[in-house]
Amino acid sequence: MPKVSFREAIRDALLEEMERDESIFILGEDVIAHGGPYAVTRGIYEKFPHRIRQTPISEAAIVGTAVGAALCGVRPVAEIMYVDFVTCAMDEVVNQMAKIRYMFGGQTDVPVVLRLPSGSARLIAAQHSQALEAWFVHVPGLQVVVPSTPYDAKGLMKTALRGRDPVIYIEYKRLYSQEGEVPEGDYTIPFGQADIKREGRDVTIVATGPMVGKALEAAEILAQEGIEVEVVDPRTLVPLDKETIFASVHKTNRVIVTDEEAKRAGTSAEIAALIAEECFDALDAPVKRVAAANVPMPFSPELEKLVVPKAEHLVAAVRELLG
Amino acid sequence: MAIATLSAEKLLAMYTCMWRIRLFEEEAEYQSSQGKVLGALHTYIGEEAVAVGVCSHLQPTDYITSTHRGHGHCIAKGADLKRMMAELFGRLTGYCKGKGGSMHIADFSIGMLGANGIVAGGFGLATGAGLAAQLRGSGQVAVCFFGDGAANRGPFHENINLAAVWRLPVVYVCENNQYAQWTPQSEVTLVTDIANMAPAYGIPGVQVDGMDVLAVYEAAGEAIARARRGEGPTLLECKTYRFHGHNFGDPQLYRTREEIAEWMEKRDPIKRLAAYLRAQGLLSDAQDEAIQQQVREEIEAAVRFAEESPYPPPDELYKDVYSYVVT
Repeated sequence: MPKVSFREAIRDALLEEMERDESIFILGEDVIAHGGPYAVTRGIYEKFPHRIRQTPISEAAIVGTAVGAALCGVRPVAEIMYVDFVTCAMDEVVNQMAKIRYMFGGQTDVPVVLRLPSGSARLIAAQHSQALEAWFVHVPGLQVVVPSTPYDAKGLMKTALRGRDPVIYIEYKRLYSQEGEVPEGDYTIPFGQADIKREGRDVTIVATGPMVGKALEAAEILAQEGIEVEVVDPRTLVPLDKETIFASVHKTNRVIVTDEEAKRAGTSAEIAALIAEECFDALDAPVKRVAAANVPMPFSPELEKLVVPKAEHLVAAVRELLG
Repeated sequence: MAIATLSAEKLLAMYTCMWRIRLFEEEAEYQSSQGKVLGALHTYIGEEAVAVGVCSHLQPTDYITSTHRGHGHCIAKGADLKRMMAELFGRLTGYCKGKGGSMHIADFSIGMLGANGIVAGGFGLATGAGLAAQLRGSGQVAVCFFGDGAANRGPFHENINLAAVWRLPVVYVCENNQYAQWTPQSEVTLVTDIANMAPAYGIPGVQVDGMDVLAVYEAAGEAIARARRGEGPTLLECKTYRFHGHNFGDPQLYRTREEIAEWMEKRDPIKRLAAYLRAQGLLSDAQDEAIQQQVREEIEAAVRFAEESPYPPPDELYKDVYSYVVT
C-alpha cells in the first residue's frame, strides 16, 4: 500500500470528492496563496480554480458564509487557520451552524465541514496551540471528528463530505507530516465507529488524535514486560462508539482515557464518566485520565514540554492501574 | 420610474400584504395576552413598508434572512399564516414543529432562511446565500434584513466587506427604527445614518423613508437589479419606527407617548399607501373594507388551525438535532 502523509490524505480526500461532487467549495484565509498555514489545500486551486476562494481575515464571515451557502445547495469546506481563532466565530458555530436544523424543525440540511488545525506544534504559545474538542462535543448539533492516522483522515473526510450535518474536523498539526498506509481508490469510514488500533487483554487506553500514537508507543514498551494494552481510538467524539469502548473495558477491566485537551472538563472527562456510569461493575480499578495540564500553553520549550502527556506518562499510568 | 410601472393589482397586493402583517401581529399580541402565543414576541407593526417594499421584487427562489422581529419578513416573502401562527402556539404543525417559536420561523421552500434570535445573525447566512447564487450563476439574490442595533456588531463589517470584495448578489437592508432594544440609537452610535457607512466598503449606500412603501420599493428595485447584474451588494437604509415596544409587554420607559403618537398618526405606512391609492382612484371604501375583512378571515383561520393542532409529542425531542439520531 502506498504511504502518504496526513496532510496529503486530507488533500486527496478533498480533491477526489471535488471531482465527484461539484457542489464542494473551499474557503478560508490564505487557502490558495499558501494552501492554508499548513499547506493542506496547496494545489487545489490549480485543479479547481473556481471552487476555492481565499477570504479576508474574518472568521465570523467565513463560518457564517459557509453556513449560509450550505443552506442554499453548496457544500462548503471552511478552514479556520488555527482552532484558537474559531473563538471569533463561535456565534456562527454554536448558534447558527449547530442549531439551524433543529430550531427550524428539520427543514434543511447543514452540510458544512469546518477544518480546524489544533494542538501544540512547538513554540507558538497560548493562542495557537489549543485543543478545544470538548467545546464542540458539548454542543448538540455538531459532529466532532478527530483522525489520528492518514488512513482515518482520508476516510473520515470523505464521510464528512457526503453527510448532511455540520462536521467539526480536528486536524492535529503535529500529525500533518506523519506518513501512513492509505489504499488507492475510494473508501469511507463511518462516523461513530471506533477503531481498535491494537488489541490487548490487560488495560484499555482510549486515545484520540496524537495520543493514539503515544498510546501505541506505550503499548510497545509494556509488551516487553508482558503487559498487553488495548488501544481504542474513537475517531469521532460525536457520535461516539460507546459499544466498542465499553466492550474493551469489559474485556480488560482497567481503562485510561487520554487526549491532548486540558484535563479539566476535557473530552476525557466525558468518556471517563460514561464508563463509570455504564461499566462500573466491570472495573477492577478507578478510571484514569491522562490529559494536558490545565494551563495556557507556555512559550519556552522547557515549559511547553511539560504540558502535553507523553508515552511515558501512559506507561506510568498503566503500571499504576495494574499495581 | 419604477413606481409608474406598478400595476393596480401589484399595488393592491402590497397594500393587502401590509395589512396581513399588521393584523397578524395584532392578533399574535392578543393571543399572547391570552397565554396562547408563547414566549417572546417582537412585533414589526409600523415597519411593514420595508419588508413589503423589498420583498415585492423577490421570487420564491430568492433568499432572505430575518431578525428576531421577523413576522413581517416571513409574510412578505409569502409564508403561510397558518403554519406561522401554529409555530407561535408551539404546535407540531408550525413551520418548525414547535421547536423554534416566534424568533425562529423559517420556510426554506420559499427562500426564507429564518428569523434569527442573534442580533446580526443573518449577515453570514445571507452572504453565504449570495455566494451560492453567484457560484451557480443563477441570477438569484439574497436580502439581509437587520436593525440599527446589528450595525454595531462585527458580522456587519465582516460580511459587507466580504460581499463587496467578492461582488456577491446581496442587498443589506437596514431597518433603522432608532432603538436597539430599549436604547436610542443616538446613545450608542455617532453615525446614525447607516447608509453613510457604505462608502467605507466601496459599495453604494442608499437611504429612504422606510414609512413609504413606494420609496422602499423603488430603492430596493435598483439595489436588487444591481445585485442580479453581478455588480455586487448595496446597503439600503430604511428609516422606520417600531409602533409597539421592543417586545410585547415592554412598558417603553425610554420614549415618550408623544413621540409614538406622532409617528402613528402622521407616518403610518399603511395609511400612507391607502391615501395614495385613494388619490389614484385605485381604492374605494368598500374595497378597503373588503381587503381588511379578507385578511381578518385568513388570520381567524390561522388561529383556528393553531388551536386545533397538537403539541409536538415527546418523541420529537431528539428528532432533527442531526439528520440521524445521535444519543
